[in-house]
Parts: sequence; structure tokens; C-alpha cells
Amino acid sequence: MTTIDRASVASSAAADLRLDHLDDLEAESIHIFREVAGEFERPVLLFSGGKDSVLMLHLAVKAFAPAKPPFTLMHVDTGHNFPEVLTFRDETVERLGLRLVVQKVQDYIDDGRLVERPDGTRNPLQTRPLLDGIVEHKFDAVFGGGRRDEEKARAKERVFSLRDSFGAWDPRRQRPELWELYNGRHAPGEHVRVFPLSNWTELDVWRYIAREQIELPSLYYAHSREVFRRDGMWLCAGDWGGPRQGEDVETRTVRYRTVGDMSCTGAVESTATDVEAVILEVAGSRLTERGATRADDRLSEAAMEDRKKEGYF
Amino acid sequence: MATETIDPDALSESDRMLVDPEASRDLLRLATAGSVDDGKSTLVGRLLFDTKSVLADQLDAVERVSRERGLQHPDLALLTDGLRAEREQGITIDVAYRYFSTPTRSYILADTPGHVQYTRNMVTGASTAELALILVDARHGVLEQTRRHLAVTGLLGIRHVAVAVNKMDLVDFSESVFTGIVAELQRLAGHVGIDAVTAVPVSALLGDNVVTRSAHTPWYDGPTMLEHLETVEVGASPQDEAFRMPVQYVIRPQSAEHPDYRGYAGRITSGVVEVGTRIQVQPEGFTTTVVGIDRVGRPGEPVERERAHAPQSVVLRLADDLDISRGDLISEAARPATEVKDLEATVAVLSSRPLRHRDMVYVRVGTATVKGLVTDLVDTLDMTTLERGPAPSELPLNGIGTIRLRLGRPVAVDDYAAARRTGSFLLISPDDGATLAAGMVQLTGDLVDADSWLI
Ligand SMILES: Nc1nc2c(ncn2[C@@H]2O[C@H](COP(=O)(O)OP(=O)(O)OP(=O)(O)O)[C@@H](O)[C@H]2O)c(=O)[nH]1
Ligand SMILES: [Mg+2]
Repeated sequence: MTTIDRASVASSAAADLRLDHLDDLEAESIHIFREVAGEFERPVLLFSGGKDSVLMLHLAVKAFAPAKPPFTLMHVDTGHNFPEVLTFRDETVERLGLRLVVQKVQDYIDDGRLVERPDGTRNPLQTRPLLDGIVEHKFDAVFGGGRRDEEKARAKERVFSLRDSFGAWDPRRQRPELWELYNGRHAPGEHVRVFPLSNWTELDVWRYIAREQIELPSLYYAHSREVFRRDGMWLCAGDWGGPRQGEDVETRTVRYRTVGDMSCTGAVESTATDVEAVILEVAGSRLTERGATRADDRLSEAAMEDRKKEGYF
Repeated sequence: MATETIDPDALSESDRMLVDPEASRDLLRLATAGSVDDGKSTLVGRLLFDTKSVLADQLDAVERVSRERGLQHPDLALLTDGLRAEREQGITIDVAYRYFSTPTRSYILADTPGHVQYTRNMVTGASTAELALILVDARHGVLEQTRRHLAVTGLLGIRHVAVAVNKMDLVDFSESVFTGIVAELQRLAGHVGIDAVTAVPVSALLGDNVVTRSAHTPWYDGPTMLEHLETVEVGASPQDEAFRMPVQYVIRPQSAEHPDYRGYAGRITSGVVEVGTRIQVQPEGFTTTVVGIDRVGRPGEPVERERAHAPQSVVLRLADDLDISRGDLISEAARPATEVKDLEATVAVLSSRPLRHRDMVYVRVGTATVKGLVTDLVDTLDMTTLERGPAPSELPLNGIGTIRLRLGRPVAVDDYAAARRTGSFLLISPDDGATLAAGMVQLTGDLVDADSWLI
């Protein structure tokens, strides 16, 4: 257990009525959830069990307490998800008494609507099941856990991001977004992606997780795992297709900084077994979380922008 | 890939503050402004770089691209110009939000575009800012876009303005160039209602006076840009303001545990509320008393509160069972907002469709959306002189002027200068839902007359 000496940290909170910055971010996110609940017919929250979606759900629960959040959850399951994350996902949904829709990439591959890519990566295949889910359930607002500090194209996106029937983002036609007046008007067939965590940084997320004692899937903390090296990342050995011939499996003490598709989400070597140790690691880290651990963002300088234009988050 | 883990024992006092989940620091929202190519994005990049907020892989990418382009120095603007089109053209098109923290403050930095075509994106970035950081190229001085952005800053009621006279390296760090520009800016600032500006001579490219003090400006003894940001007193004082909370959503669990719970959820836009506060629901006009304030705080903290203040998100319970819904405004009964059906306001046009006399629009104010009719174009702001000119036949994209609106039903508003959140609105197209203009309410004498709309 890493300890931080609390006594040495002076608290200036009580003195005036200015909010601490985590409280400010919390109030802003809650405001966004309530705006969507008030303005849209059928919102849905994308919930994968990853830390950003867990944080989103935590804030949504606060926003509507003592009632339940008035929306459905949806997960696009690539078929290569970490089993402990899926278990965590289902337990959370059960505990909160919410409804979860699961869209499975595997179903699409099985019946030929999607074709497996030669590199085995399934992240790009998520767009179709996501959009189909939105259309089938007539969702008009979709909460995503994207943060502007993750990536330079995301840094440009509004809190309310209007999408056409292809789910596409057009960075040149973003609506002006002033004060806290979010304009969610959209035509039939369009929907709005909403990012309540826009202004949170990775360090904010972790500090808040510690402060609120939010539970996360165990793989966010250091554990021992069979991994192999590919493209400079530690990938998890498993049924999804790794390792290939010539890729040696070793046991390492690792943790994940993001969770997604096993085929392209890398682990980092780490000894951080609890949230306070993770905070110290994040603060000391010299790599952004997506850069270090997501292969699919590294393809080109504008990888994220291109994928957002195609309807990916 | 190994990550660096820091040894908690080796942490300095200030680093401890950065990582401690319990350590408290406030949040400063600021936006850059100024003409195209004056160095806004470079300055933001420099602030991030010199506060060690840029991570290695981002920096590698910037250095690689800068080398490929044959630049001598890494182009720090590439840290914020994240869109392909921006990097290809070397200009900013849309606002980028970047974040950095010091032990004193967390900063949300909106880097806005200087190009006139993208003024609407500048307005977006500036609307939530408490401080505007205006850049001027020392070689060119104050340009039309500088004046436009200064006007927008004044209209948006941004009380704190810091000026960076940039590219001092290209004018031999000349004191007279600096003082000349500052004098002109001070004069213009007065025109648009900004009292005081702090000016710093900088080179965003080389870093002079941004975070570290420059050896090239011995004649300058003011703060560096970061020192100024760290110490400037910003933020409202809710205790002096009238309480306001637009109702966002009605919370009724109808569960076994909470069969009769009915609470009004919203974000307090100004002031303080306490259990026992007399409130008025506007525009309906009922008065009642607050009997409960609920806010889910940290684990172990009670949900019920004695008091709450702006900008917290809360749920209010009231003494009487009233018909209150989204769109209503809960105000302090002793100091209610003004109910109007006709409205005079300054607007900034954000759409390529010009605003014309008799345009039908939706008006989004607080959580209410009402129909509106443009009854008058009163005047327009001349961007060269920053004086109000005669009524235009239409207000084009990026135009700023005064208009009058007739509303479909009364709404409760405040004067923008007194309360930003309850004095601001959007004009929305009834045809395609596009945001047409941003408005700031001016409560003038004859419109304050409560019954004028009845006549
Ligand atoms: N010599 C010198 N060049 C600078 C300085 N600051 C910026 N520049 C250069 O000026 C050019 C424009 O800089 P940007 O930061 O992109 O300007 P900007 O204000 O963000 O421009 P827009 O966002 O398009 O309005 C770039 O080539 C910079 O390298 C400076 O202090 N000295
Ligand atoms: Mg720029």
C-alpha cells in the first residue's frame, strides 16, 4: 500500500465558496446527464466495464439519485473482450438494476455481415453493430466516455456531437457550443453523441476513483499474466489469435491502462496494485494512455480523426 | 512497455499536491484570442511544454513532423492543432481543449482560431472562459481580428484579460514596441467595457516570459505569463449573488423505498440556497420554501445538505406540491429574475444564414425553449472603431449587434452583465436545428417594466 501523507497537504476548501476542481468537473458531468435526460426521448450509455464507462455510470447514478438513471446501457462486444471485464460489467448492471443491450461483433462475423480482418483486430468492426443497435432501439442520444485529453482529435470535439445516419463526425461542421447551453436538436435518422467526461484528464479520473472508492475490473491493477510482445506492446495470450509463431509467451507483472479488444490493447509492466499506486504511476508516466497501449491509434497521425469520421467514437 | 513509476517518498511537496486525491485546488478556465498567426497555439504548446504537461510520444510526433518540414524549432502549435486540415494549412480551425495542472490550479485551456471565418468557434471557446489570453504579433500590432476578439471578450463579460505581446524575438525585444501596443490595447479595452489588462512581452516560440523569465527583457519587471495565471484572482462570489437554478429534470423514483420523493434537479447558476430559503418558481410565480437539498457527495457523506451554492448540481425539495417542470427557473423570492416577453439583447451571429427582421427562431434560455420573432435590428458593432453603428438590414455571419425579440411566452431572465448563465441564450433554427446566434440579455429601462409585454 502506497501512502500519501495527508496531514502535510493543506486543505483550502472550506475558506471560500469556490469549488475544488474535481467537484467542479463532477457538477459539470451531472449537469450534462440531466440535460440529455430532459431533452431526448431514448438515451443510451455505452458501458464496457472500462474505467471511463464505470466513471460515467457512477456520475449518472449520482445525477438521478434516489431514482435510477433513466436510460439503457449498451455494450458492443468484440468477442475478444477480457472475461473478467465482462463479468464485472454484468455484475454492475445487475447491482444497479439497469437494462443492458449487448451487440456482438461475433454474430455479425458468423452470419457474414462482417468479415474478420487479416490482422485479427476487431476494433474497426464495432461501428456497424453500434449503429445497428442505435437504429434498432431508436436511441437518439448516445453517451460515450471519451475525454479530450486522450487524443488530439478528441481535443477538438464538442460535448454534444451531432452524427448523421452513418454515425459520422464532420469536424468542419460542428455546432457552436456556448456556455452550458447544449443544442441537441437533430433530424430523424441523426443522433447525438454526448461526452460527459470531456474535460476530465486521466489523472482526474484516477484521483476521483480513489476519492469516491469506485470499484474497477481487477486488470487495472498489477497482476501476473501470460503475455507476448507485438508492435512494442505486451499483448495477452489467449483464444483471440495471439501469439503467432515466433512470438514467445512470458509471464509478467502487468496492468492495463485501458481495456478494449484483446487483440490490440496492450498491458504495461507495473507494480501498482492499488489505486494510490496507479495515481503515482499515471503522474510519473511519460506516455499517453492511448499511445502506449492501443495499437489501432498508432497507424497514422490522424488515425482517431479518421475513425471518428467513420462513425467510431 | 515499462512505465516510470515515481517513488512517493521522493515526491516534492508540490508534486504531492498534484497526485493526492484529497488535495484541493481550483479550476481556471481560459481561452486564447487574437488574430490569425499571432501565435496562440504556439503559446498554448509552450505553456504545456514548459509545465511538463506534454507526454513523450506527443512530443516525439511534433519533433518528427517539424523536422520533416525543415523547421529549426519544434512547432509547438502542432500540439493543439489536432485536425488534419489544421496541420496541413498551419492554422487553427476549431477550438482545442487542453489541460494542465500546477499545485495551485488546474487549467482548462481553450485554444481558439484567429481566422475570421471561424469566429464562431472562438466564441464557443471563450463563452465559458473566466480569463481571456489575447495575443498580438509584436510586428503587426493590433489588427481587425484583435479588435473583434477584444469586442467578443468584452461582450461575453470575461472580466480578466491578459495580453501576450508575442514574437518579441522578431522585434529585438524592443520595449517601445511593447509599450506602444499595450497603450493601444488599453484604450480599446476601455471601449468594450474591460477595465484592466495585464500585458506580458513574450516569445511563444522561444519561451521568453511564458513560464521562465527572459534575459532579453531587462526593462520588464512584471510577472511571467504563468505567474500571472497562477495568482490572478478569478471566480465569482456566490454569497453576493441572487440564487438561481433552472430546473433540468424532475426526479420521482416511485420506488418502494422512496414512494413520494419529488425533487427538482438542476445546476445552481448563481448564488446560495439553504434549507428554509423562500423561492419563487418563474415564470409561473408560485412562492414556496426549500425543505431539502440533496447532493450525493463523497462516500460516507450525508446526501442531505443544509446549503449549496453555484456551480453545484443539486436536487431541491420544496414545501408545496407544485406543477414545476423542465424550463422553469427557481429563484430567490426576495430577488427574482425579470419576466419578459420582449427582449433586447446583443447577439453574435454564428451561422452563414444572416439574421433578418421578422425571422422566426427558437430561443433557448436556461432549460427553456420558446418561440421567438426578431422584431428589430437595432444597431451593429463596427469592428474597426468598436463603436455601435446604425441599424443594419441584416446581421451576417460573425456580425455583432443589438436586436429585439418577441417571445412566444414569458421567460425569466437576468441582465447578462449581472448573471451570465441566466442572461444568455441561443437562437436556433426551427428548420434544421442549427445554432444561429448567441445572445446576451440587456435589461434596459423600458423592458424591465414588468407589464410592458401585456400591452
Ligand atoms: N519568431 C517567432 N515565431 C512565432 C512565435 N510564436 C509563434 N510563431 C510562429 O507563428 C506562426 C503562427 O503560429 P500559431 O501558433 O499557429 O498561430 P495562431 O495564433 O495559433 O494561428 P491561428 O490559430 O490560425 O489563428 C508559426 O509559424 C509559429 O511558429 C514567436 O514568439 N516568435
Ligand atoms: Mg492556432
